[in-house]
Amino acid sequence: MAIATASQTIGPYWHLLEDASWADLTRFGATGEVITVEGHVRDGEGAAMTDACVEIWQSSPAASDIFPAFGRAATDGDGKFRFRTLMPEAVPGPGNSLQAPHIAVTVLARGLLYHLTTRLYFEGVAENENDPILALVEDPARRDTLIARQVSPGVWHFDLHLQGPHETVFFDI
Amino acid sequence: MSMIEAPFRNFAPGSQPPNDSPDYRSTILRHPTKKLIKIPHTVTELNGPRFSPEQFPPTDNIAVNNGKEALGERIIVAGHVRDEDGRPVANTMVEIWQANAAGRYNHDRDQHDAPLDPDFAGIGRVFTDETGAYRFITIKPGSYPWGNHYNAWRPNHIHFSLFGPGYATRLITQMYFPGDPLLALDPIFLATPDAAARDRLIGKFDLDTGKPFWALGYRFDIVLRGRDATPMEP
Repeated sequence: MAIATASQTIGPYWHLLEDASWADLTRFGATGEVITVEGHVRDGEGAAMTDACVEIWQSSPAASDIFPAFGRAATDGDGKFRFRTLMPEAVPGPGNSLQAPHIAVTVLARGLLYHLTTRLYFEGVAENENDPILALVEDPARRDTLIARQVSPGVWHFDLHLQGPHETVFFDI
Repeated sequence: MSMIEAPFRNFAPGSQPPNDSPDYRSTILRHPTKKLIKIPHTVTELNGPRFSPEQFPPTDNIAVNNGKEALGERIIVAGHVRDEDGRPVANTMVEIWQANAAGRYNHDRDQHDAPLDPDFAGIGRVFTDETGAYRFITIKPGSYPWGNHYNAWRPNHIHFSLFGPGYATRLITQMYFPGDPLLALDPIFLATPDAAARDRLIGKFDLDTGKPFWALGYRFDIVLRGRDATPMEP
C-alpha cells in the first residue's frame, strides 16, 4: 500500500491562486436564504493573521452548477474573512442521526504544516442539541467555539482562534 | 437506506508533519495546543468540491507568456495522482504556484531583492487524465531567503494544491528537487518525522520525462488518502 503524500504549509504567497470571487458562493445565481459568514483569524497572542486562507464547504444545499458549495477567502489586513453563501439545512449523520445545519471550515496558512478543519454551527438552531459531531466536544465552553452568532439580519460572526484561551475546536478528519 | 461510502483512511504514523514543529518558528503561535477531536466521516467529509476544465481552463505551460519565454531553466514536471490503493485519481484539478528562476514570487508581499520576470506569473493548473497523469512545463524555481533562522534559505520548491474526491482528501504540499543542500537545513521539509515520507516530496530526476534539446524532467507522484476497506455501518 502506498502512503499519502505529506502535507506542507501553504506559505505566505498562496494568494497567487486566489480568485476573490470564490468568497461568494451565490455568484452563479443560486437562490435561497442568503447569509454572510464573517470573522477574524487570530494566533495564540490574539494577533490578526493577515495571510491566512479560509476555505468553506457545505453538504447542504447540494453542490450544483449554480451553487459550488465551496468557497475560499483570504484574510485582510485585520485578519478578517467574509463569505456570502446559502444557509445550510440539516443533513443525515452516522446511524439514524441528523446533523444540524453546518459549514465545514478549513484554515490554511504560513505556520500550519497541515491545515486545520473545524465546523461552523448556527446559534439558536434546535438540531444543535442532538448533533452527533457537536456531542463529541464534551466541554460546553469549547463547544461554544463552534457556534456562529447572528450579529445583524443574515450576518453570522465566527472567529477562529488557532491557539490560546479561546482556542477553536479543530477536528481530526 | 443507500450505501454510504467508506471513510478515508487514517494517515500512517510519522507520514504527516505535526503542526507543533517549533524549529519552524511560524508554527509557535499558530498550532492548536488542544488535541484535535477525531470525528467520523459524514456526508460533509466524504464529498468535496468539484472543478472542471470548462470552468477553470488549464494552463499547463507556464514557461511562456504570450509567446515570450520566461527566464530560467525550463523544466517538465509530471507524475500521477493516485490513492493509497494505487487507484488513479482521474480528472482531478492540480494547481501549482512558485517563485521564478531568481527566487522571487510575483506577489506584492514578496520583497526579496531579486528581479521579477514579466513573463513568469508562476501559477499553473491542469486536470489529471483517466490514468491520473498530469504534466506541467515550468521554470526551475530559485531559492530565496526567509527569516526563520540565521541565513535561512528555502530549498527550491513548487507548491501543489489538490482537492481529490472528498473534503477530507484536501492536500497542500511542496515538491522539492534532488540533491538540494538546503533540504538538510529546512525546518518545513524536516518537520515530517518519517524519512521515507520526506523523500517522497523530492521530485525524481528523469531523462524520459524531459525532452531532448528542450527541457529536463522531474517526476512527482502524489498519493491521496485511500478509503477504509469496510464501509462504516450507516
